[in-house]
Amino acid sequence: MKAWLPTILRGLLFVVLVAFLLSPTTFEPVLKPLVDTNAPAIYNQGSLLDLTLQHLSTVFIATLVAIVVAILLAILVTRPFGAEFLPLSRSLVNIGQTFPPVAVLALAVPAVGFGEKPTLIALFLYGLLPIFENTLTALTNLPRSVMEAARGSGMTNFQRLMKVELPLSLPIIVAGIRLSVTIGLATATIGSTVAARTLGEVIIAGLQSNNLAFILQGGLIVGALAVLIYDGLSAVEKMLTRRLGIA
Amino acid sequence: MIEIDAITKRYDDNTVVDNVSMVIEPRTVTVIVGTSGSGKTTLLRMINRLVEPTSGVIKLDGEDNRAIPGHELRRRIGYAIQGHGLFPHRTVAQNIATVPTLLGWEKSRIDAKVDELLTLFQLDPKTFGPRYPHELSGGQQQRVGVARALAAEPNVLLMDEPYGALDPIIRAKAQEDLLAIQKHFGTTIVLVTHDMNEAFHLADKIAVMDKGRVLQYGPPEELVRAPETPFVETLIGDTERPFRLLAIAKAGAAAEPGEAEGEPIREDKTQQEALADLLWTGRSALPVVSASGAPMGRVTLDALLKRATRPSGSAR
Repeated sequence: MKAWLPTILRGLLFVVLVAFLLSPTTFEPVLKPLVDTNAPAIYNQGSLLDLTLQHLSTVFIATLVAIVVAILLAILVTRPFGAEFLPLSRSLVNIGQTFPPVAVLALAVPAVGFGEKPTLIALFLYGLLPIFENTLTALTNLPRSVMEAARGSGMTNFQRLMKVELPLSLPIIVAGIRLSVTIGLATATIGSTVAARTLGEVIIAGLQSNNLAFILQGGLIVGALAVLIYDGLSAVEKMLTRRLGIA
Repeated sequence: MIEIDAITKRYDDNTVVDNVSMVIEPRTVTVIVGTSGSGKTTLLRMINRLVEPTSGVIKLDGEDNRAIPGHELRRRIGYAIQGHGLFPHRTVAQNIATVPTLLGWEKSRIDAKVDELLTLFQLDPKTFGPRYPHELSGGQQQRVGVARALAAEPNVLLMDEPYGALDPIIRAKAQEDLLAIQKHFGTTIVLVTHDMNEAFHLADKIAVMDKGRVLQYGPPEELVRAPETPFVETLIGDTERPFRLLAIAKAGAAAEPGEAEGEPIREDKTQQEALADLLWTGRSALPVVSASGAPMGRVTLDALLKRATRPSGSAR
């Protein structure tokens, strides 16, 4: 019974989230006590569903590009010819992480203008490090006897990478992606300050008009998305690990 | 046939393998023994070019092993290592199919080969084929490792301490299996170990290595009768010498005409086993029978003791 409780709670959270996005007005009575009598309790300057999908797609695109770049980078610096770039690429990715997101946004706006682009750049930079670090860790800690056997059985360098190194690294890479996505979901809300259409809009609108209900619904949707996606990727990771028999 | 000609491997100033020359006859088991750091593994890995020599030539059936790219060479040579090195994300069947897949065999041929090898190693293809390596016992993993090395029907099988991680009972069984498989396929096996019992049990010829050099290379009997250096003698062991002599000869070879009482011994058992049997049962002779059970005479305690005595003319 106890083991099922978290799964049931997550299912419940998902159902409530979907119901809220599809028909926000149903929940008006719940949020009404939080606002002044004549203020709206449900965000009324756009569809919450649209904003949520926009938010997700922004995070998705930025993470996807970060995954490709981070993994390629990690592969590159773990090959013999790329080994000397290892410290350089590490520090580059680290710098991306030490920049506060607001600063990245502020710097990106003059370069690419307002809208979604600066947000994508910030999310991309933020997503790089966890994936890069994890891929690097995975690729440099593969079991030696397995690598030896792969060479000994006559695989070329590329075959070793595709057939042995990457499949064995997958669970750890997925863990990195999971971190990136979670950071991205949260950071994307700030994108609304530079006119990107994300759920941050709802929170900012609430702050400007002193509307607690707006702040709460914006924050809770982002929170619920983060929890659900985090758990989903954790499950994928666990499944992969179990298949490798290294759990 | 593997011809190793003046092979040297140096890492900076450190000479790991020092001017080694030896010829390994086809369809034999050659065991390279030595302490750790003697260069035996490096020598083995230069045969399939996992390590490139600093100087010297290795020829396989007359062909320089640098004539084709390293990965293609390695597909032709079986390679089994300590700790089996099975791919954890692939099933047993997929693991065994590794080299045939790289060679582009047809699926039906690969499947047939996998089934044949699993059966040969006493693993039911239907039960074990779809399993993942971590679902097998240590001994089973090791067998799959050797099966994978043999999948593309290589003429040569290189083994680097393949039984190092097995417990003694499973190891003995694995060694028996290896000898049977070597007979079955006629593979030339080069095996590296630091276990002298294993060497004497498996080898047609033993090469003793120390500090990068081959000190002595010859049949096990020769090593016992005429060790060329004190190191070889130490490695064989003073207290072990008589028993090693008996361990490498078959009971059938010591048989003489006559009768004896009690449980018989098969002619393909070693003389050491015959001696153990005699001592344990307190008899002075025991009957010898052929594999089919036909009487072949007897082995006496006296005859065995004579055979275990230092041969006249030997140096020490």
